[in-house]
Amino acid sequence: MSFMLGITPWPVVSALLWIILTVAALYLVRGTAHKTIQIAAQGLHRSFRIGSKAVSQSAKRLGERNRDVLLAAGREAKERIIEREFNRINETVRKDLANYSALHRSLSESIGRIEKDHQEAIDVPPDPPGWVKAVQAVAAMDSKDAGVHVGNILSDIHKSLIKAHKEAMAAYHVASAKRHHLLRHMRPDWRQIQQTLAAVGKNVDSLLSRSVTIDRLMQEYEDIVAGKDRAMSVLSSSSLVNFFVSAFVLVIAIGGAIINFSLIARPMAEMVGGTNFIGGFRMADIAALVIILVEISMGLFLMESLRITRLFPVIGALPDKTRVRMVYITFSLLFLLASVEAGLAYMREVLLQDELATSALLRGDIGPTATGEFLWITTAAQMGLGFILPFALTFVAIPLETFVHSLRTVVGLMAISLLRTLSLMLRLLGNLFLYLGVLFKQVYDLPLFVPLWLEERVAKKSANVVAPKRVRQ
Amino acid sequence: MRTGIFASLCVLLVSCSGDQTPRNTGVYMLLDTSGTYAEELEKAEQIIRYTLSKLDATDTFAVARIDTGSFSEKDIIAKVTFDDRPSAVNRQKRLFAQQVSDFVKNAKASAYTDITGGLLQAVEFLNEKGTAKKMILIFSDLKEDLQEGYIRDFDIELNGFQVIALNVTKLRSDNIDPREYMNRLKEWRDRVEKTGGEWRVINDLDGLEGIF
Repeated sequence: MSFMLGITPWPVVSALLWIILTVAALYLVRGTAHKTIQIAAQGLHRSFRIGSKAVSQSAKRLGERNRDVLLAAGREAKERIIEREFNRINETVRKDLANYSALHRSLSESIGRIEKDHQEAIDVPPDPPGWVKAVQAVAAMDSKDAGVHVGNILSDIHKSLIKAHKEAMAAYHVASAKRHHLLRHMRPDWRQIQQTLAAVGKNVDSLLSRSVTIDRLMQEYEDIVAGKDRAMSVLSSSSLVNFFVSAFVLVIAIGGAIINFSLIARPMAEMVGGTNFIGGFRMADIAALVIILVEISMGLFLMESLRITRLFPVIGALPDKTRVRMVYITFSLLFLLASVEAGLAYMREVLLQDELATSALLRGDIGPTATGEFLWITTAAQMGLGFILPFALTFVAIPLETFVHSLRTVVGLMAISLLRTLSLMLRLLGNLFLYLGVLFKQVYDLPLFVPLWLEERVAKKSANVVAPKRVRQ
Repeated sequence: MRTGIFASLCVLLVSCSGDQTPRNTGVYMLLDTSGTYAEELEKAEQIIRYTLSKLDATDTFAVARIDTGSFSEKDIIAKVTFDDRPSAVNRQKRLFAQQVSDFVKNAKASAYTDITGGLLQAVEFLNEKGTAKKMILIFSDLKEDLQEGYIRDFDIELNGFQVIALNVTKLRSDNIDPREYMNRLKEWRDRVEKTGGEWRVINDLDGLEGIF
């Protein structure tokens, strides 16, 4: 510094000289400096833009892959649902409509019986009265010739008429009674037909409602196959819902597993010792954990064998006979492990009581340490828990499958969001460097305001000189 | 594939080899049975029971009396190394408590107080057991009274040992000149810390949680 201020005897003059020299040098290299700043800024801008585009492309590719995964998962899920609906229809048809021929025969027989009864119940027209001709004959007789005999004849006709009427009425009553009997006989047939038709109607309605469901599902399936945006959005949101719900259930299951662990960890120390360690963890704790994990694995295999879950395609593809055998084997193992756990839970209670008794003795408590006759309740509860929890943990397979499937989508969505954010940030950084270049150029020009002002003046003057010449030309 | 299997086997073998670093605790308790201090033995029994309740599988516990010549196995009243099965540990604790109780009932006052000899015996015992944590509890007024001819004025290697003086009662002479009491405590502290030991004094027996 002292050297710089010492080039002339007056430091102020030296400083001024240095400023003038620096400004002059900066002014001389102004064009090159501006170009350098611009090239650097544009270079950085382009690099970040390229980076942003690359990240954006990756996000796009990941989005497409995620879309494919989501559609494939949705397609598979929809196929399973449709398959289940068809199975239900098949079951309905097999169970309710398989005996349709018998139903038809029953209906035909009932209708035949009704027709026959109806035929027999037709009202027979009464015979034309025979006395009408007699009345006509009497009416045709001459009154003079008739005399007293006409009255007798009419009296006889009257008697005959009353007799015939009585007989006709009796016959009519008999026929009516017979018809009523036949009609009464038709009633159970009507009821049977009504019930049969109601059952058929119910089955047909069920089939119709199922067919409506299948239509809807097929429409959704077609949307998924066509890769429509609506289907995508539905699948995406349902995937997120599945993820959170399954995660929640898994957390509950982990809570169950922890309780299970605490039930068997202490008595495990009796079996494998309480002071052996593997990698900083007690051997008894590891053994208890292994038992629980084996139980969960057995539960998974059981669920796979029952075709409730589809985490292991190998198990699902096994022949039915082998698969059923596997169901029995895994269930037996699970049952044995649950029994072992119940035993360990009992052992835990025994150890706990022993420990409590020892602690009481060491404290100097003389009184009874056991809680008396209600002790069996806690023992039984622990044993019950020890037995039930392994079976309850079996059902972890269902949320686990959902979690695994939805995890792919959720991780994909998160990665896409991350990449998009990164892309945006790179783009912003690129623009920032571009404007920083402009800013640096302006900053560079700040100390050069004097030569730049002079340059502007000169330029204006020369422009004023050139302009009148052009006007004259 | 082969590398993966090999690596898995290596990890499995390393895991199965187990962690052999000892984590157990060894406690050796010295009981002063000299003179009037023998009357304090009931308090000592409480401390022993408390210690028993705090010890766990594979820990070692021994109780020995301080008498005229304490550097002897014969002075050990009860000793135990707990099994690693919890049920066996409980049985051992009950038996140990019974042995101590019998001793307290029939204890006789000794003529002299050889604390250093007892300390030496404790160090030997705990070193032999090789426990990870070594504690020596001295239930005494710390007034050493050696019989003529007994040589105890040498350093004892106490590196890695915690020496805790319990219930250090004040003697009548301490009341007259409290400096005697202070000096006695200071002497023991210096003696323990000189060879790398850790010294503590707990007189309030309600605060025994501080021991472990």
